[in-house]
Amino acid sequence: MIVGPGSSHTQVLELHGVAHRFGRQWVLRGVDLSVAAGEVVALAGGNGAGKTTLLKVAASLLPPMRGSVRVCGIDFHGDRASAVRERVGYLGHSPALYEDLTARENLAFALRMHGLPAGDPDLVRRLDEVGLAPHADVRVRRFSSGMRRRLALARTLLGGPALLLMDEPYASLDSHGVELVNQMVTRVVEEGGGVLMATHDFQAGGRVTHRIMRLDGGRVAPLDPDTAAPLDEGGG
Amino acid sequence: MSLRAELRRTVAVAGKDLLAEGRAWAGVASVILFAATALLLFGFALGPDVEALRQAGPGVLWLGIFFSGILVLNRSYQVELEGGALEALLGYPGDRRAIFAGKLLANLSLVFLVEAILLPMTVVLFHFPLENGTLGILAVMGLGTLGFVTLGTFYAAMSSRSRAREVLLPLLLFPMLVPVLVAAVQGTGAFLDGNAMGYGGAWLRLLLAFDIIFLVATFWAFEHVIGE
Repeated sequence: MIVGPGSSHTQVLELHGVAHRFGRQWVLRGVDLSVAAGEVVALAGGNGAGKTTLLKVAASLLPPMRGSVRVCGIDFHGDRASAVRERVGYLGHSPALYEDLTARENLAFALRMHGLPAGDPDLVRRLDEVGLAPHADVRVRRFSSGMRRRLALARTLLGGPALLLMDEPYASLDSHGVELVNQMVTRVVEEGGGVLMATHDFQAGGRVTHRIMRLDGGRVAPLDPDTAAPLDEGGG
Repeated sequence: MSLRAELRRTVAVAGKDLLAEGRAWAGVASVILFAATALLLFGFALGPDVEALRQAGPGVLWLGIFFSGILVLNRSYQVELEGGALEALLGYPGDRRAIFAGKLLANLSLVFLVEAILLPMTVVLFHFPLENGTLGILAVMGLGTLGFVTLGTFYAAMSSRSRAREVLLPLLLFPMLVPVLVAAVQGTGAFLDGNAMGYGGAWLRLLLAFDIIFLVATFWAFEHVIGE
């Protein structure tokens, strides 16, 4: 895993005064948020609150119109965007897979794009981790939404990300899939990475989450303790 | 990432696109069928006059290439939009120009495949005397196609997120392609006439100049148009 320039850096994500707008509407209005190495932060908020936009800004898929974003101590402006993307794994709302390629081919392509060798034993191991080894040569078009989600998860973890960003990671997953996501999150954290996930499913996410933040009105604040009570019961 | 790593990423993108197109064979087949039908219809419209057909041949060939090429270019980013794959593609480390280079390679391969069918059809239907300048015509086709596909791949990326992308792409692209179209048609005509006036080389140099300008400009600007 690549943590950053200088292993002493403990914040894997730092957002300061981040703002972003679509047209005239400001979706983010000065977000301050950090995720430390070894920490899992859940991001709550209603529909349209800007959770996906915030994750995309953190993943360098959208530029912040104001404020700064640092991943593992690297500011992602200009030529350094690639260095940031090297350290980030982003699991978006949609699985982002190629329907006419098989599971194996999808992962092999992602490995090559990461500049890693796409050898067969490694691919099968990674598919096995998400329970898809028996379906390695099946085209994604024939996968259920849960299987697509698992494959997308395997792809997200390919580069050994120091920062894992996940948008509704438990959507479409059965109980085994939920457990799988939590295992992957735990692994990233144990390896010294950090996780920021947008989720409504605190029952599933509560088992691995250390902190919940609420995005409301374009700003982030710690979630009201009363609302967070069910999460604490979940063991988070 | 090093240049070698970027080249590997370029090949990966091109390979993935060609594999996906090969699997969804109906897409490529429909492009080829459209190109062949368009050529036949032009032939019928011009009538049986051999001289008229020969005169119109270069123009008809290039319009066939451009119209069918638009379909190839529109499909190029369609595969990235299904299931949100573009987001993942842009999230990979490395220079995003490798994505453009990969798309360009894949589109060039597909348009050359269409041309491999269109050219023999044109020779037969439009009475092309190919013995006069086969190499020259192939050079014009190579350079003309490179210019067309380079600019087309760039504008396809630009219009990919628009709802009206199928309409927007030709509207953006065709006006910019007029100089390439003129040079390609005139160059093809010159070599068909045996390059008697020696203009063929001049059209080739003009096409080469357009290609260089298009390649430099599109590689420079791609990062700006592909980001949201």
